[in-house]
Amino acid sequence: MSGPSLMDSLFQRSLEDLIKGLRQQLIGEQAFISKALEEIRKEIKSTDLSIKSTALLKLSYLSSLHFHDMSFATFHALEVLSSPRFSHKKIAYHAISLSFHDSTPVLLLITNHLRKDLTSTNEFEVSLSLRCLSKIANVDLARDLTPEIFTLMSSNKLYVRKKAVAVVLRVFEKYPDSVRVCFKRLVENLDNSDPQILSAVIGVFCELACKDPRSYLPLAPEFYKILVDSKNNWVLIKVLKIFAKLAPLEPRLAKRVVEPICDHMRRTGAKSLLFECVRTVVTSLSEYDSAVRLAVGKVPEFLVDEDPNLKYLGLQVLSIVAQKHLWAVSQNKEAVIKSLSDADPNIKIESLRLVMAMVSECNVTEISRVLVNHALKSDPEFCNEILGSILSTCSRNVYEIIVDFDWYVSLLGEMSRIPHCHKGEEIENQLIDIGIRVKDVRLELVRVSRDLLIDPALLGNFFLHRVLCAASWASGEYVKFSRNPLELMEALLQPRTRLLPPSIRAIYIQSAFKVLVFCLHTYLMQRGSTFSSTSPDNLPSVVSASVSDESFDNLSVENGVDATVTHGQICTPAFITNESIVNLLNMVELALGPLVGSHDVEVQERARNVLGFVDLTKLKFLNYSVQEENDSEGKGVEASNIIELMHDAFSKELGPISLSAQGNVSLPDGLIVKENLGDLEMICCDIELPSSNSFSFGSPCEEKDGVSFSNLQIKEDSEQSNESTSLLAEHRKRHGLYYLPLGKSEISNDYPPANDPILQGNINGNAVDLVKITEESLVPKRKPSHAKPRPVVVKLDEVDEKPVALKKFESKDDSLSGAVRDILFGSEDMVPTSSQSNLSDKSSSKRKGKEKQHTAPHVESKENLVDDGNPSSRRRKYRSHGKERRHRSPRKKTAEEREGQKEKEKSSHRHGRHKSGQRAEEPLNVSAQAPVIPDFLL
Amino acid sequence: MGIRFILMVNKQGQTRLAQYYEWLTLEERRALEGEIVRKCLARTEQQCSFVEHRNYKIVYRRYASLFFLVGVDNDENELAILEFIHLLVETMDRHFGNVCELDIMFHLEKAHFMLEEMVMNGSVVETSKANILTPIQLMDKAS
Repeated sequence: MSGPSLMDSLFQRSLEDLIKGLRQQLIGEQAFISKALEEIRKEIKSTDLSIKSTALLKLSYLSSLHFHDMSFATFHALEVLSSPRFSHKKIAYHAISLSFHDSTPVLLLITNHLRKDLTSTNEFEVSLSLRCLSKIANVDLARDLTPEIFTLMSSNKLYVRKKAVAVVLRVFEKYPDSVRVCFKRLVENLDNSDPQILSAVIGVFCELACKDPRSYLPLAPEFYKILVDSKNNWVLIKVLKIFAKLAPLEPRLAKRVVEPICDHMRRTGAKSLLFECVRTVVTSLSEYDSAVRLAVGKVPEFLVDEDPNLKYLGLQVLSIVAQKHLWAVSQNKEAVIKSLSDADPNIKIESLRLVMAMVSECNVTEISRVLVNHALKSDPEFCNEILGSILSTCSRNVYEIIVDFDWYVSLLGEMSRIPHCHKGEEIENQLIDIGIRVKDVRLELVRVSRDLLIDPALLGNFFLHRVLCAASWASGEYVKFSRNPLELMEALLQPRTRLLPPSIRAIYIQSAFKVLVFCLHTYLMQRGSTFSSTSPDNLPSVVSASVSDESFDNLSVENGVDATVTHGQICTPAFITNESIVNLLNMVELALGPLVGSHDVEVQERARNVLGFVDLTKLKFLNYSVQEENDSEGKGVEASNIIELMHDAFSKELGPISLSAQGNVSLPDGLIVKENLGDLEMICCDIELPSSNSFSFGSPCEEKDGVSFSNLQIKEDSEQSNESTSLLAEHRKRHGLYYLPLGKSEISNDYPPANDPILQGNINGNAVDLVKITEESLVPKRKPSHAKPRPVVVKLDEVDEKPVALKKFESKDDSLSGAVRDILFGSEDMVPTSSQSNLSDKSSSKRKGKEKQHTAPHVESKENLVDDGNPSSRRRKYRSHGKERRHRSPRKKTAEEREGQKEKEKSSHRHGRHKSGQRAEEPLNVSAQAPVIPDFLL
Repeated sequence: MGIRFILMVNKQGQTRLAQYYEWLTLEERRALEGEIVRKCLARTEQQCSFVEHRNYKIVYRRYASLFFLVGVDNDENELAILEFIHLLVETMDRHFGNVCELDIMFHLEKAHFMLEEMVMNGSVVETSKANILTPIQLMDKAS
């Protein structure tokens, strides 16, 4: 193509045309844009820079607002960049900062352009290139342009200088070695009186200090000066942020800054500054009582304000204070509670958090009451927010704050009835968990479950199905606490259960099975006792009789007796007649009959099991009603044996299982775990996993507490086989199903109740003995009365005390902070920084020259950069230096004095450097820095 | 990094200006803007101007038909950001005279220029209107 014609540039669509066209939308936006893009692709290849640049401008527009890829134009942008005209450059820089990133291929080509512009005499060109660099700088650019930036940082043009200062942040990040070159100059700029420079440099330090505060402790005096002197709120806010990070590291520093911050708090009229002061005090200076009081005193200003923004922030501050000073929240209780019904969901959630922070053992009942009432009135989303936070707060640390579990269980029941409740799964987990952990609550649990089960309306609510699942399990598992098992049976078999998903329905059927067995067994025992004793007693004695013969299971005896006591007080269970049994059996047949043809394997199989059981036993009771019992003696005995057997099977306790229980299982001989693992995985992948339920006929409830697979093995006397345990546990966790059949053969009658802490401790002991021991240890604590102390909550030490996510303060010894420390603490030699490139050599020689000009530096470590022959000993030196100074004179010394002293120190400590020369030693570092700071502050 | 991005969005949810201080791909930007706009524009006048989104906090403010949305780190001072937005609007107001959506649409590069004068590397470096506008005025004169 020949050169661009006049026509081309005349008829090129300008950006304005493009925007107008977009607005008119004659042919639809997408069509218009693709047409425009086509044009741009053509125009951008033009050799005329003004056509090219206009095309680039249009492309940037489309890219930034309409998300069109402009990566094809990266090279063209570079071409435009080389234009001598400022307006072209501007467009090019804009396009570049928009589209370039670390992996842009032509990034390397830009270095020289940038360098040229950085050294330009036109300050606007310099500024353009600095701004661009602040966005796109990568390691190479940062490394190659460090010298130019270093020069610009002391430019006498403020406009350029502040930008050079600001860009340093990105350069440091990308190329930490540049710290060695530029840091000193950056610090010098801290002293600059010009507000523009100051806000730029403080911005940089604020970001740096946020990442690694410890390294910047030595600069505290400079920051302090700004805190006291500056009138610029923007700068003050940044300085406060820095101090918020520094103060926790150095108590003496905190002591120094408390007063000035309080002054600001008292004086300032700007809410933003006030807020920052308050936040700084409550986050970092919370030990200073008067300051905290002053800060908390300001909180109502925010809370009662009409402005929702201030209200929100006030609540946020309170939630920070709440961690250490709960009184502050209680002081503002009213405002907080009132905010619960604010128009803004964010504010509501904040205040909810605060309310939850106030919850303690003594007020959990009242607060939960208030909140549940509130949840009833709120919109669905917030309602669930409330319920969720009640659930999580109450279950924290194994229900730490719950004393009255009866209350809590009924609260759970109530919560699940709230129309918007979507927390079924959580409630399900807690109901089962509490049932297993807290023996004393089972009576109430069964009552609550019954109330839930019996209400046909609840079955229609999808979100409640999980709760109902828990309720049905609880009522089946703890049916012996039921006041009226027959009623429970009706509830479990009611027609509307067809609304349940099959998996839950299967649990219903299983629970019905348990209840059925219990009823039959009770009936048999009743009959037995009517024959043996003349007075037909009521159920309680029957219950205790029914279990008393299981002498091997002390637990359930204990339980039975206990239940009798409570039962006797509360209710009189129905006496089961033969007629009702027959009705019961008929009802079961009627309800489960159709399910035999169910398409769901789980439901079908369980229904068949129950019906099979009914078939086996029904004859006996029918016969019994028709004739007298001695007739079909043989069959009757057989049936009662079956019932007895089933009852025994169901009356075993299930306990929570430690997640690490698997680790206590010794490795069976001949099992080569590691080698098999790969195969198992493959098998597990291939096989369509059958639902776990089908394996565990004997105890369907087992699979509900997900960890329980491993309990099968606990009883095996075990030694820690540490090497394989973690692997094994891991694998079992992932492929638990695969393991189950292996244990199935062991689903016999003697589960160890693995639910007591002591059991965990003496896992090697005989399980039965242990049960006795735990029983004894529990008995004294248990009071029969209902005005009770907190019931025993079974805990498994290892699991339940969840490892609180230990967030250790990791001062990342990344290369940036390392470099900064080197500068500030002068420990250059200690750091084998990754890429000590030739550039730093180059620039350090350059630096030497410059260094001379800067007289009387204000940070004493600075002058040691170059002239100190033995920098690695400096940290140690500082430490002892500081110590000695403390001994000798706390008063301020002149720089010369210090210098002299340092020289002495240096020589005396030279030989000790290797010990202190390890950078990783944080504590050492602290002590090294500690004495330095007061020197400047005093 | 204090400020992560600055968006100007009109009532219809169309982005009028987008400035990011960290690299996001076009797809990420599109998704982010969509989510934020949906979240913020649905809010009423009585609700506060702070929204938590992903790991950002969005501080926003509405001026006539334009929403100014600033994504910041979680420990950034929200009120200062609100002041920053106001300063930005005042600056543009001074330059354009009664600034409106159209001004920003047709002078996007100027708006970007102002922003870049004010913010570098995600932190506010310049808060004086005169300082921000001088270079632009000079450039206007030159061209």
